[in-house]
Amino acid sequence: MGRYLARRLLQFIPVVIGTMFLLHYITTLGIQFNGDPVRALFGDRPPPAEVLEAIRARYGLDNDCLNQRGNPCVGMFIDRVGQYLQGDFGQSIRMGDRPVTEIVLERAPVTIRLTAIAIVFETVVGIVIGVMAALRKDKFVDNGVRIVTTLLISTPIFVFGVLVQVFGALALRRWLLANDAPDWTSDMFSPVYNVDNPWLSLVVPGIVLGAVSLASIARLTRTSLIENLRADYVRTARAKGLPPRRTIGVHALRNSLIPVVTYIGIDIGMLMGGALITETIFSIPGIGQLVFLAVEFQDALVIIGVVTLLVLVFLVANLIVDVLYAVLDPRIRYD
Amino acid sequence: MTDAPAITVQPEPDHQPPPRGDQKKEVSRSLWADGWRELRSKPLFWVSMVIVLAVSSMAVLPGLWASGDPAQCLLARGSQGPSSQHPFGYTFQGCDMWAAIVHGTSKSLAVALLATTLLTVFGMLVGTLAGYFPGIVDTLLSRFTDIFFGLPFLLGAVVFLAVVPVRNVWTIAAVIAILGWTTIARVMRGSVLATKNKDFVEAARALGASNARVILRHILPNAMAPIIVLATIYLGIYVGVEATLTYLGVGFQRPNTTWGLLIAEGQPYALQGSAHLLIFPCAFLVLTVLAFIMLGDLLRDAFDPRGR
Repeated sequence: MGRYLARRLLQFIPVVIGTMFLLHYITTLGIQFNGDPVRALFGDRPPPAEVLEAIRARYGLDNDCLNQRGNPCVGMFIDRVGQYLQGDFGQSIRMGDRPVTEIVLERAPVTIRLTAIAIVFETVVGIVIGVMAALRKDKFVDNGVRIVTTLLISTPIFVFGVLVQVFGALALRRWLLANDAPDWTSDMFSPVYNVDNPWLSLVVPGIVLGAVSLASIARLTRTSLIENLRADYVRTARAKGLPPRRTIGVHALRNSLIPVVTYIGIDIGMLMGGALITETIFSIPGIGQLVFLAVEFQDALVIIGVVTLLVLVFLVANLIVDVLYAVLDPRIRYD
Repeated sequence: MTDAPAITVQPEPDHQPPPRGDQKKEVSRSLWADGWRELRSKPLFWVSMVIVLAVSSMAVLPGLWASGDPAQCLLARGSQGPSSQHPFGYTFQGCDMWAAIVHGTSKSLAVALLATTLLTVFGMLVGTLAGYFPGIVDTLLSRFTDIFFGLPFLLGAVVFLAVVPVRNVWTIAAVIAILGWTTIARVMRGSVLATKNKDFVEAARALGASNARVILRHILPNAMAPIIVLATIYLGIYVGVEATLTYLGVGFQRPNTTWGLLIAEGQPYALQGSAHLLIFPCAFLVLTVLAFIMLGDLLRDAFDPRGR
């Protein structure tokens, strides 16, 4: 276990540096080819050159390599990593003159709530559906689950979100309002985020966010449970006379959930992309919306700061899941 | 005189191919023939094939499907609902919705096809090299793959496209390909590792086959099945991804017509009650993605023995 951990950590460091460099190089290329973001701030009436220079220096954009197209700006990258290590992820130019970390911290709770709802929804419902399908393999329930999951996987999340917002939430809310339902129910189906209901108004967006992964989790649970139900140790458990509830629930299901745990690690990356879409559709003031706004305002420094931060979260989450996987399944340590 | 026997011999090979083909199938059914036989019997395969072919022909020959001009718009009839003459109604700008949908196909499909081709070729190349040459090459290439794998797909695509000044079929497909090749590389590496030490590869090497020959003639054909399955699924997924990127504002822009643009523009009007602005483009998008993904799933069932 110790050796596995050490090797995994040693692999982790170059990957993190590599991914950060990739992001750095892309945004640098963007500045080199699109022109200076500071100059673009002022449009037709540029201020004196000294002012521009001062602003550039302030945002760390005064490096000469930004004028040489294709130059990877390694020196700048090393400076940036040093800043990241001190917790400095840059300054926003166009979205209020504030540090990126401050904006992110302000918006993080909403996104964390949204993702938490999505993860709880997709794992609970996904596992239940997967188990139901596996226990009735090739029967009506199983075929139904297969059709629904294929449909969910084929629906891009933004299509699902827009359709749910327009034809699901909005219609349901109108109906609830017309039928004098309690207030909280209509709050839940609000088509946009409501600050007064920080949890309830995130339920529908959370379900949308979790829907695609729900399909994957259901399929994964189904496949691995079917496989495990055929295993010798399950037959032994049955032969001992254990009730089905115990053979399936304790013996087979627990082993079947190992791949699901790994999947949730990969899923965090997808959820980040999904949050970008759901937060845009439902006007949720979270980190995903921040990325969207930064793209719209062409605020390169916010984009690179936020995305680097998110990628770090994703990589660390994956590392944790990998280690967890080794704890859950001892066989993995030797490969 | 010498010509006569030649003439009598000639017709025979002409007639032979059909029976020969049948014989081959019965004597030793290859994996491919076996898979094809299984595929043929499934109605879902034909359904998805019909959708894929229909959508592809819309992309190549839109005039065949829609006589209307998608650029001929009358603001006066904007957002008009479906009628018997125009069963799909009008867009919010008053263009014929059916024409807009048909003409909106080509860009999405072109992006998906180009991106899938690029990333399949690149992923196969990296995966084959990593699997075939263990040690330093494998380590370097695998870490290189990890770096790209570490970038969440949609976030990466948004960042890339935000800094790309020109967004057209080529740049969007390139960005998708840059972020999407890692899975193919990993699958390919796995297949190569699995086949590399098989006896037939050893035999080929013992006979003096070069590395290039061993890879091209013996290893690649055995690794093709999962790659074809993945590539088919990717075609569908990337049609959806292109629409997503366009919806987020980092994909195609007007004056292009794509499904993503139609959905993005229809959304506010659908909130006010013009449901057809949203339903029709969404339905076409989902149906297309669904057809490719179903096709991929069926191909997996038929050709990828491990998936059976």
